Amino acid sequence: MTEQKTPLLQTSSQTVGPFFHYGLIFGEEHILVNEHTLGQRIIITGTVFDGDGEPIPDALVEIWQADVNGYFDHPEDPNHDKADKHFKYFGRSDTVKNGVYSFKTVKPAVATCNNDTQEAPYVCVRVFSRGMLIHAVTRMYFPNEKNNETDVLLNSIDANRKQTLIARLVENNDLPTYHFDIHLQGAEETVFLDL
Amino acid sequence: MADDNNSKLISTLDRSVHPPHLYPAYTSTVKRAPANALMPVAQKISDLTGPTYGEGTIGELDSDLTKNSVVNGEPVGERIIVVGRVLEESGRPVPNALIEIWQANSTGRYIHNRDQHDAPLDPNFRGAGRCLTNSKGEYRFVTIKPGAYPWRNHENAWRPAHIHLSVFGRNFNSRLVTQMYFPGDPLMALDPIYLGLPEKARPLLISSYAHDITEPEWALGYRFDIVLSGSRQTPFE
Ligand SMILES: [Fe+2]
Repeated sequence: MTEQKTPLLQTSSQTVGPFFHYGLIFGEEHILVNEHTLGQRIIITGTVFDGDGEPIPDALVEIWQADVNGYFDHPEDPNHDKADKHFKYFGRSDTVKNGVYSFKTVKPAVATCNNDTQEAPYVCVRVFSRGMLIHAVTRMYFPNEKNNETDVLLNSIDANRKQTLIARLVENNDLPTYHFDIHLQGAEETVFLDL
Repeated sequence: MADDNNSKLISTLDRSVHPPHLYPAYTSTVKRAPANALMPVAQKISDLTGPTYGEGTIGELDSDLTKNSVVNGEPVGERIIVVGRVLEESGRPVPNALIEIWQANSTGRYIHNRDQHDAPLDPNFRGAGRCLTNSKGEYRFVTIKPGAYPWRNHENAWRPAHIHLSVFGRNFNSRLVTQMYFPGDPLMALDPIYLGLPEKARPLLISSYAHDITEPEWALGYRFDIVLSGSRQTPFE
């Protein structure tokens, strides 16, 4: 095929704008499980806030994660044949209700193929909205994980900002519910990643 | 896979071509731009993988916006054909990339319930479509040329005609949401969303008129190629 001598320039990002819903939100994409999916169901929910602490009702939140055993259903994962075919791995949610997004999923295990005994489990998160010329990338970690003490990424963050990446477990629901608020700006600004 | 902060197996977003988070002329960025520097991070298997799409993702009419929401006739406006390729930075095509588009109708009105622009809706045009690239990374949409529309960013602000695109490539790091513009549109020079781009990146968001795609007596053709990050790192000479 045509391999270039010098890399092509990437096509730049532009804002998703306020009117993406009818183009991108199809029914049940915030539900990553069906009746056959392996693992305890959990809810991941939170609010997307702007720099004034106001909820953003026109954001789009996307997640990508391993299954309950730490596999990805994708050819780059050497163990992808073991991945749960009944799990969706990817989800997206709008924030139309007062800036709140919500996913029904399972808690991922640490990715098996990384062979990293110090890594903590996490969910990849991308945030898009009107007023963002380019999306922001972060990761959501789980509370009370012993590997949160040893994880390389978490340990490279100042103690006071590290908390912005760790969800809060709320017990008083049918399903274990992890609250993960995303602050685009301000005193509680979420740590965003260069990816 | 070693946990090595220096190892980058795939390319990340090239910040020299992507817009910054903060671009004050686009006023909504002021309260929505992270103020802290982005944190460098080692790539993991979660970055090398991503959602995959194949047979069954797309319905037959999904890529024809002139047909996929017809109620009682054809949508009004200038019929166009938009083609292009989804590529890695090496030029290698990306097959089975999911492209989703949404846009205003020919009067500049979105069907979205929050669009208050005083221009008519078209009962036969929803303005949303999707398709998968073929084995050569090629895609094709048939649609109606969108109209310009006003917005409240500044006095007498109008968005140039554009189509919104969302693309899923080989992995989650290649995720891209962008907008395609049309050649010769005078509103681009006044648009803070377009001008938020670094100068060298701007021409790449303008489609080109493609006479080889234009179909006689039927529709004009435009070409718009899309280059994604998340390419396998291969040494360039
Ligand atoms: Fe738009």
